[in-house]
Amino acid sequence: MILEVIDPGPLTTIQDLGRFGWAHLGVPRAGALDRAAARLANRLVGNAPEHAVLETTMGGVTLLARRAVTFAVTGAQAEVRVDGRPVHSGLPVTVRAGARIHVGPARSGVRSYVAFAGGLAVEPVLGSRSTDTLAWIGPPPLACGQLLPLGPRGHPPAAVDVSVPRSHDHVMTWRRGPRHDWVDDGAWRALDGAEYAVGQHSDRIGLRLVGHAVPRAVSGELASEGVVTGGVQLPPSGHPVVFLADHPTTGGYPVIALVDDADLDWCGQLRPGDRVTIRVR
Amino acid sequence: MKLIHVGPHAVLVEVDGTAEALALASAARQRGIGAQEIVPGARTVLFDGVDADEVAALVAGQWPDEVAEETGTVVLPVAYDGPDLEPVARAWGCTVDEVVERHTAREFTAAFCGFAPGFAYLAGLPDHWRVPRLGSPRSRIRAGAVALADTWCGVYPHASPGGWLVIGHTTARLWDTGAEAPALLVPGTRVRFEAT
Repeated sequence: MILEVIDPGPLTTIQDLGRFGWAHLGVPRAGALDRAAARLANRLVGNAPEHAVLETTMGGVTLLARRAVTFAVTGAQAEVRVDGRPVHSGLPVTVRAGARIHVGPARSGVRSYVAFAGGLAVEPVLGSRSTDTLAWIGPPPLACGQLLPLGPRGHPPAAVDVSVPRSHDHVMTWRRGPRHDWVDDGAWRALDGAEYAVGQHSDRIGLRLVGHAVPRAVSGELASEGVVTGGVQLPPSGHPVVFLADHPTTGGYPVIALVDDADLDWCGQLRPGDRVTIRVR
Repeated sequence: MKLIHVGPHAVLVEVDGTAEALALASAARQRGIGAQEIVPGARTVLFDGVDADEVAALVAGQWPDEVAEETGTVVLPVAYDGPDLEPVARAWGCTVDEVVERHTAREFTAAFCGFAPGFAYLAGLPDHWRVPRLGSPRSRIRAGAVALADTWCGVYPHASPGGWLVIGHTTARLWDTGAEAPALLVPGTRVRFEAT
């Protein structure tokens, strides 16, 4: 066991690319929400994309390295310190045995990713090391005093000079989804350009959008059907929910739209109260 | 039958009902269709992470109208001691004893899963035995609770909130993450209930 959890923060989970092939049994896919950030963190320390990393939630994490380790922090901007001294995020950092690694609260965004050379080698569950927060399949969230193993180091770290923080304009592109006809043309026109706020109860399961309630053109219920990540579900309240990695695998509310896959990474970095503009394509 | 594209990498196929959805999902698995997920629903099958043309070719062809895999029959022992036996009896226009008789006499089929890992929507109740959900869901329903909603029957794999009418409970283990086959009831499994 190479890492000891000193302070897990409000919610720090282990994530890889997700758990595939179990949706028909009701098991969510899970996996890192900001996949690009997780991939970059892995690349910075010489890991393969499927290696497991830590995903923090707003509050950061503090760990003790019991052996020399190489790590990198990406995703939400946060102060990173080793034994109290600031180090760069977005770059591989090697520390000696006994060093205390501290990732501070997110300054912008929500989720920072911490990759360690060799990857977090906890036991996979149904083929993945990801924690799903809907059904709690996978390793439990980090807890104080917990010990974490790392796998054997792979390649030397990739030669990346600087990882440029990505910016986005908070414009979320929606394409019409399988049940788009549950919303009439007038409501679709109103949606294009509409601004919504990210709701307080947004989490790894879904991004809840608060604003003008979208009226349904169809009353009644939809027979439950399989849903995909990025699907925009319209519950009776009219407040859309964008399904993120831990979404339920089937649902009875219509999926009226689909968020572009390219937008989902930054959706995982939106904070409650952030504003987004919908663009209908 | 209707194919609905769900973004660039997923297709939803609408079919007539539960049996056809199960048969299509089964045929797709048997043929080794290249999908990350094949998810039957009440009247649909979702293919996620797939080449849409491959699904179109499958749907255009012939496939057996029955589930190909041997999904077996599971008999679940049930103590009919649930808090909602009376409302179910009222909805069905019978006595509580007759609710038990009717429920144990029918054969159910796991149509699809959802809500929680291992929670199967069991089809097998006729339309005129439809029951409503609770007006406000209970904050906690015990693991193993056997419950009804609409024309579905379901068994809660874990303690959780829920709005279904609970008629009893079983000691059978519905979900075991560590097992090779983690779900006791998979789409296609036939289910009978036995009063204990």
